[in-house]
Amino acid sequence: MSTVVVTAPPTDISALPASKRRRPPTGRTVAISLAAYLVAIIFVLPYAGMIITALRPPAELQERGYVPRRWDWSNFTSIWKTGFGANLRVSLEIAGGATLLVLLVALPAAYYTARRKFRGRMLFLLLVLATQMFQPAAMLVGIQRQFVSYDLPSPTFSLILVNAGFNLAFAVWILNAYFSSIPSELEEAAMVDGTSRLGALSRITLPLALPGIVTALIFTFIGAWNEFIVALTLTNQPKEFPLTVAINNYVGQYSVDWGHLFAGSVIATIPVIILFAVIEGKVVGGLTAGSIK
Amino acid sequence: MSETVARTRTEEIGPRRRRPARRLSYPRRAARALSPLLWIGPAIALIGVVVLWPVYVMFKTSFQRFTANGFNLGAAGWRNFTDLFDEPDLKSILVRTVVWVVVVVGVTMTISLGLAELFNQRFPGRRAARWALIAPWAASVLMTAFIFRWALDPQYGVINVFLHDVGVLKSFGSNQADWLGRPDSAFVWMMVVAIFVSLPFSTYALLAGLQTIPSELYEAARVDGASPWRTYRSITLPLLRPSFLVALLINVINVFNSFPIIWAMTRGGPGYETATSTVFMFQLKQAFIGESAAMSVLNFGLVIVVVLVFLKVTRWKDQVT
Repeated sequence: MSTVVVTAPPTDISALPASKRRRPPTGRTVAISLAAYLVAIIFVLPYAGMIITALRPPAELQERGYVPRRWDWSNFTSIWKTGFGANLRVSLEIAGGATLLVLLVALPAAYYTARRKFRGRMLFLLLVLATQMFQPAAMLVGIQRQFVSYDLPSPTFSLILVNAGFNLAFAVWILNAYFSSIPSELEEAAMVDGTSRLGALSRITLPLALPGIVTALIFTFIGAWNEFIVALTLTNQPKEFPLTVAINNYVGQYSVDWGHLFAGSVIATIPVIILFAVIEGKVVGGLTAGSIK
Repeated sequence: MSETVARTRTEEIGPRRRRPARRLSYPRRAARALSPLLWIGPAIALIGVVVLWPVYVMFKTSFQRFTANGFNLGAAGWRNFTDLFDEPDLKSILVRTVVWVVVVVGVTMTISLGLAELFNQRFPGRRAARWALIAPWAASVLMTAFIFRWALDPQYGVINVFLHDVGVLKSFGSNQADWLGRPDSAFVWMMVVAIFVSLPFSTYALLAGLQTIPSELYEAARVDGASPWRTYRSITLPLLRPSFLVALLINVINVFNSFPIIWAMTRGGPGYETATSTVFMFQLKQAFIGESAAMSVLNFGLVIVVVLVFLKVTRWKDQVT
């Protein structure tokens, strides 16, 4: 039962006959709606605060109005003079590199474990499951000493490896669930018709598993994009910092550059929101696919 | 389901196909035995290098002596561990860590049960409302923590402005307004942030669980005249157990290892007074690498013990299979 649950409700309001659609809402529906909207507002409020503060003119930061008297985009233009462009590029390299590496490594492993029985299969899946319990924060000293002693070309390279390694488990589990849910008969039929195994894989199975692949990759990308503690430990130069470390650096010893901190946060959050939009509906199933079987 | 189908199929076909393999030459047989490695080898290598090897390095480091700037002075025996246990703050840090995990996870799971139920109801605009719920999950935890740090600024923070407007706060810049300056109130606020960022995942995991419960069961309960509370207790809660346990375990691990919230809001200070053991490990790392490694080993051991106890208590195997 490793199918991926889609959150969309089975029946949509618009699918109902028109006579049922225009019923006046009951008191219960109104109460539920109001409660849900209230919760939704509470969840968005802090991020509205982030945007409002980013748009506050620097001179108005020391005022107590809820919204600024004048909207000001200067934080979004002047932030690029603080080296933020380089940080953005580093984050793209790390998250992109880690995602690519996870794709190359997780795809064959997940496919093989879903299709073939072999000695050590359970052992391998247990190993993967165990790493899902590990977090980089718990073994930070080990990671730091190991990667310092390896003398790798750049912190970006090390961070690609670390992020790929710690996101691999989830990708293997969700892809394994997806491949298992695709009947192998489909591949066999294609092979009977004269396609090679690789041809069947690329023309039948991969397209069918695409939603799962995209979900796994996006979760890897977001995880690497938002990673903080290892990046904080392995980077030294400002131009090596990914976004999270750069944003943390707007906090000085005695004062905080809130305008740039929040402008940077807004810029850093936009790609994540776009990516979440892509996998909307699979968010839930994606996360639990491997664990609830 | 389909996996079991695939399994029985390979079992049927397997022996027939494998028979000629016996006549293969030794190199061919070796190649066949090693072929799984071609597919799963890269994954094993990556996990080995990035996840397992650091664990070994961490254990090794915890038995070595270092200068403050990281120069290795050789074996230290159990020195790092005795130093760690001699830290006067260690006991309060461990107690604080337990409070942190129990309160944050406990409150998160309780609220999530309610939120999942709420967002599982049908109402206009449900899709947009569910979207809003994702926000703290999509934004980085670090940035969310900074938002709260700014909002709690004793002079200009918007939470203080609000509290002043409703009359709770007497004056700006006062001791009362300095929420993050006092260890107790700082820790409470950080737990609030931790709960806030943990809610989306837990709620969504429970929502997925709710959707796997067949609606016929509710139909039957309604026909039998069961009250809503009775239905919830006898149908929803027991069937929600697998998703609840998964969300609980993942939360415990995440919250225990949580670093950015405390780092962004207080850096564990004043002193170590708002540090959990993960933050303490990071603070030690700046100057005492060996002792920090010892703290890591302790943390690592704690996580493993908690996970094993959890698996034992919940009889995980019966749940998953």
